[in-house]
Amino acid sequence: MKKSVFLGALTVAGIAAGAAAAGTLDDVKARGTLNCGVTTGLVGFAAPDANGEWEGFDVGVCRAVAAAVLGDGSAVEFVPTTGKTRFTALASGEIDMLARNTTWTFSRDVDLKFEFTGINYYDGQGFIVPKALGVSSAKELSGATICIQTGTTTELNLADYFRANNMDYEPVPIETNAEGQQQYLAGACDVYTTDRSGLAATRAAFENPGDHVILPETISKEPLGPLVRHGDNEWGDVVRWTLNALIAAEEYGVTSANIADMASAPGDKPEVNRLLGTEGNLGEMLGLDADWAVRAISVGGNYGELFEKNIGENTPIGLSRGLNAQWTDGGLLYSPPFR
Amino acid sequence: MTTLSDPPRESFRLSMLINDTRYRSYTFQFIALLAVIALFAYLGSNLMQNLRDAGLNISYEFLGEPSGYDINQTLIEYDSRSSHWRASVAGILNTLLVAFLGCITATVLGVVVGVLRLSKNWLVRKLMAGYVEAFRNVPVLIWIIIIFTVMTAVLPAPSAFRGDDPARTMFLDAVAFTNRGVYVPKPVWLEGSGIVVGVFIASVIGMFAYRRYATKLLYDTGKLLPMGWPSLVILIVPTLLIFFILGRPIALDYPALKGFNFQGGIQIRGSLIALWFALAIYTGAFIAENVRAGILAVSKGQTEAAASLGLRPGRIMNLVILPQALRVIIPPVISQYLNLTKNSSLAIAVGYMDITGTLGGITLNQTGRAIETVLLLMLFYLAISLAISGVMNVYNNSVKLKER
Repeated sequence: MKKSVFLGALTVAGIAAGAAAAGTLDDVKARGTLNCGVTTGLVGFAAPDANGEWEGFDVGVCRAVAAAVLGDGSAVEFVPTTGKTRFTALASGEIDMLARNTTWTFSRDVDLKFEFTGINYYDGQGFIVPKALGVSSAKELSGATICIQTGTTTELNLADYFRANNMDYEPVPIETNAEGQQQYLAGACDVYTTDRSGLAATRAAFENPGDHVILPETISKEPLGPLVRHGDNEWGDVVRWTLNALIAAEEYGVTSANIADMASAPGDKPEVNRLLGTEGNLGEMLGLDADWAVRAISVGGNYGELFEKNIGENTPIGLSRGLNAQWTDGGLLYSPPFR
Repeated sequence: MTTLSDPPRESFRLSMLINDTRYRSYTFQFIALLAVIALFAYLGSNLMQNLRDAGLNISYEFLGEPSGYDINQTLIEYDSRSSHWRASVAGILNTLLVAFLGCITATVLGVVVGVLRLSKNWLVRKLMAGYVEAFRNVPVLIWIIIIFTVMTAVLPAPSAFRGDDPARTMFLDAVAFTNRGVYVPKPVWLEGSGIVVGVFIASVIGMFAYRRYATKLLYDTGKLLPMGWPSLVILIVPTLLIFFILGRPIALDYPALKGFNFQGGIQIRGSLIALWFALAIYTGAFIAENVRAGILAVSKGQTEAAASLGLRPGRIMNLVILPQALRVIIPPVISQYLNLTKNSSLAIAVGYMDITGTLGGITLNQTGRAIETVLLLMLFYLAISLAISGVMNVYNNSVKLKER
């Protein structure tokens, strides 16, 4: 009985995966909404606001893709996923794309058969500790109890870092960021570790953010980006170039404020013209119409605007651009040319 | 209407498979069997086809590769260089540990509550009914989370024990209750401790031998030897003597606050305590109902007959009622044990690293081998459940009514 139910479930999942593998772009257009996997709630990146509207940096990417494909940035069905459920949700076709601070790694790309469509945030793993603990470096953490989200790359980085530095620790696995926050604040663990951006976002939600300090060490590279299923290159291209359009828009000075102006008639910058569809037929090549990038950028602004609005220095999360500045400003953001 | 001779013996014809009631049921059973086989073959081939289409294959090679993650509570040697297989074994042992502790506690709790629910004392009876109804009717996951959250929120962090004038002090200077778990002293086995343990085991055997001898003497001659205090003396005195003669070879390692945490002693983690207690009180409520049903199944005449022989209520329960009730109680209790073991897979809710947390959680995530690990998990839970019910059935056979 049990076995048959299980096999049945597997088969259903298998059929769903098989069906979804063919033409996600057409599926999304036919459905009229984009199913986008996000976190269960990480302020600044993806969290529902007081009215239940999802907002955040990752949410912005979802909305941009929905606007590019469907012409409506609100035509997104947000599917909250945990560190454990996200890949199954994507592989089974439950979601069309995953924008959930997911680290681009070799095995996820190659072995799990996913396709990372770019990097929207260059991150690294850090530690947060209460100031009262008097710790100023991660090297002093030997013997500490550390809360960590299970099913993430942070778990492996942590093991590697402590082994390399010949220190021991006690991991306390937790399922969601909210749970980790609760355990950390109750003192059930001395340290909470996740990506630095996540730490900043978590600290912003504390009652007294000033009582906690993020240690200077960054123990890993965490390039976070949206991903889609392997083998559907048309859909992968749509997501990849939507992200690139947001990044390129910032580079070329296209913002949500001036985009209507710039898109109304061809300007004197050919690359901007091609991006905004006033010249050439890039949209058509992508299987969309000419205005795709205009809509993607209008819905939440360009990359820089999304950053400033959701996680920038003037928000409670207060992240500086750092590595996430444009290459022209000494950062790592570098969109391939639109031609 | 007169004599009936045997009908002429017909030779078998194909139509008889449908028309003849002797064969008809076989025909339908055969068809049904074929349909079931075909269904499974279809599902299986569909699964394999879809996996092939997705470019995935079933492979268990990942079990031999280094796991790369740490586990906080392991009963075997384990670090992040150990293989995924070893991580699974560590998880299995953690599952078995909590299942074992849970089953024992649930049984004790269940028997006590089940008996007390039939008490003549109104207050006790109602209190026990309240316990059973409250715990039986709320999902066990909720209980696990409640106990864990309460422990985390109510108990102090280890830092409360720090300083010259700490906010909290250790209970009896030996046990520390913190929101990371309970730290208790650990016995340290020094030279000669083996002898003490040996003497203790011998004392236990000696005690049972004495009791058996006393019972035999009672039945044979009617001479009543005292049972209580000699048993206690046999159990304790020789062990204590040898312990002090050898110069206290068993010492205690007390937990002490060093660095971030308590060091030394044994740490019983909050996650284990929460899971263990929640499973025990939840399953205990069900077992209490099984016990009550078993006792009520023994006819009242048995109690009255025993009372008329002059037995006291306690002895009636122990000697007359429970032995008969056990036959009714044990089969449903077996399934409660199985439920408890399977419910322990909710461990991840509080971060207890059982098999579902290691193999079915982190390993599954890091390798992405969902189907393989889930199949392995099913196999494990199946094996452990069959083993438990096997052992319990042996016990059941030993107490069930012997028909002569």
